[in-house]
Amino acid sequence: MSDLAIRCRGLVKRYPPDVLAVDGLDLEVARGECFGLLGPNGAGKTTTIEILEGLVPPTAGEVELLGRRWTDAPRALRARLGITLQETRLPERLTVAEILRLFRSFYRRGRTVAEVLALVGLEEKRSARYERLSGGQKQRLAMACALVSEPELLFLDEPTTGLDPQSRRHLWDVVVETRRRGHTVLLTTHYMDEAERLCDRVAIVDRGKVIALGTPRELVARVAGTEVVEFETAADAVDEAALRALPGIAAAARDGAGWRLTVAELHVGVPALLGHLQARGIPLTALATHRASLEDVFVTLTGRRLND
Amino acid sequence: MTDPAPHPAARPGLAERSPMVQLALARLRSFYREPEAVFWTFGFPILLTIALGIAFRAKPLDPVRAAVVAGPGAEAARAALAAGEGVDVRVLGAEEARRALRVGQVAIVIEPGAPPGYRFDPTNPDSRLARAVVDGLLQAAAGRRDAFAARLERSSEPGARYVDFLVPGLLGMNVMSSGLWGVGWVIVEDRQKKLLKRMVATPMRRGEYLLAFVALRMLFLLVEVPILLGFAMLFFGTPLRGSVLDLAALLGLGALSFAGLGLLVGSRARNSQRVAGLIDIVMIPMFVFSGVFFSSENFLAAIQPFIRALPLTALNDGLRAIMNEGARLAALGSELLVLGAVAAGAYALALRWFRWS
Repeated sequence: MSDLAIRCRGLVKRYPPDVLAVDGLDLEVARGECFGLLGPNGAGKTTTIEILEGLVPPTAGEVELLGRRWTDAPRALRARLGITLQETRLPERLTVAEILRLFRSFYRRGRTVAEVLALVGLEEKRSARYERLSGGQKQRLAMACALVSEPELLFLDEPTTGLDPQSRRHLWDVVVETRRRGHTVLLTTHYMDEAERLCDRVAIVDRGKVIALGTPRELVARVAGTEVVEFETAADAVDEAALRALPGIAAAARDGAGWRLTVAELHVGVPALLGHLQARGIPLTALATHRASLEDVFVTLTGRRLND
Repeated sequence: MTDPAPHPAARPGLAERSPMVQLALARLRSFYREPEAVFWTFGFPILLTIALGIAFRAKPLDPVRAAVVAGPGAEAARAALAAGEGVDVRVLGAEEARRALRVGQVAIVIEPGAPPGYRFDPTNPDSRLARAVVDGLLQAAAGRRDAFAARLERSSEPGARYVDFLVPGLLGMNVMSSGLWGVGWVIVEDRQKKLLKRMVATPMRRGEYLLAFVALRMLFLLVEVPILLGFAMLFFGTPLRGSVLDLAALLGLGALSFAGLGLLVGSRARNSQRVAGLIDIVMIPMFVFSGVFFSSENFLAAIQPFIRALPLTALNDGLRAIMNEGARLAALGSELLVLGAVAAGAYALALRWFRWS
């Protein structure tokens, strides 16, 4: 038995005439891992996940889930997966319990309706019609539908986009519970805090390719340093090379009207910067610092912000 | 890999484990929780039957319209005619009376005298009828005695009235529109909502999803048909001369072929506006040509082969033959052939073209 939950090689998806949604993507996710695909809208995350799920045929490349290919025995493979799509509207007039019974009937084994209701915290809504649920409750029900099979591999495509904090917490709990059972989760998100909190490893995807891969902590340390300093000056008289030469500054780049510096140690870098500006008589109009995050990794790698 | 056997008490029932049952239940619940859908399927055909049945039953008899030319004896002639049943008579000046005849306001002009004169148009049936009625009344007033009084039996036989033509047509129309809307529209809604894609991501068998629609259509027939037919039999005395089983078999085949057409129109469309257009394209020619409200024999001989090939024509003709003439199913070979061929063709194409995501 392969110890990889997901393995894909050279994944390409081309939509004629000229859209290249996925451009040669490789991925390996171990069993029991929670893996995050991060990237801005249009980066190819959803196309990638739907190819993995066997819903979209790739133009080229290989996919193996739990050691099986989609061409082997698709129904047997589907029985071991749980899936939420980015947007699904379930039947408006059915109740929560009726919808779950419908999805449960598609699987030979799995959890009971009562068990999944408890997992996503919808016990009180079991007799409520779908049309009367809030956005967060609808999302939790979609998640519950993915959990009825007690999946070995759970795919979540932007599970928490636009959710209230309570629903977000519930979804996070589900991911933690799935991992506790040794099962695998692949999720896409553009919330960096979510990825840092839930994922063992993340891949940052941009324009259909993986541009960085590793644990959140590793990526931040490697690419973004540990601290970020952002500042603006009244006059545009700052020299990039001079900034880089300052002690404790790992990298410097223009960011809109100001500058972004990656700094290993704040207590060395900030005084050096202030001294430099003062010596040249450049007045400072704004200064902010924060701990480096995955967001900074993305900005550093692409020069763009995630939610632009 | 081994799994512990589930505890017997915790094992859900057969109905709960069957995807077919759950899919059909989901459809059924979505339907009856949508009051508009229930009205269009069950209420509307009944309202239509009532409205049309009454409109055509209550049609009053046209009176015989006559004019008497003013002059001596005119009043006596008028009184004699006015005493007759269903005669509308007036006294007019000579010139006026001729004009009234010319423009069709009256069917006959009587010039009083001994003997009286009739001015009428022998090529016009109304006019000829008026002459016979007027002559009888005036002769009786002048003293003619009837040789005998015939026994009269009034007849308006079920099976030959307009409402008897209409009810099978409405049944057929209902089977057609429930098949196309109930299958085609609903499938496209599932596709548009991405529910179809979500279900395809489970181990659900695709055939079961489609079969649930067809099974449910058959089940609906058992409600739709008795309601409409029972109503028509109760209120209009609509006949059912053939066997109930033959009728059920024909309706079943009809529902199967329209469910197939529903599957076909719903096989690729991505949104509900598009499928609504497709449904109209399929249904409107059949509304017009297939003899729902009036006989399709009225159309040109040149397009009759096309009309005969329409599944609704086959269904309507078959229903009328069974209900009004008491025909056996075995005598409806060409109708069954058309319905069977449409069903086979529609399912084959729909399965081939179906877009699952």
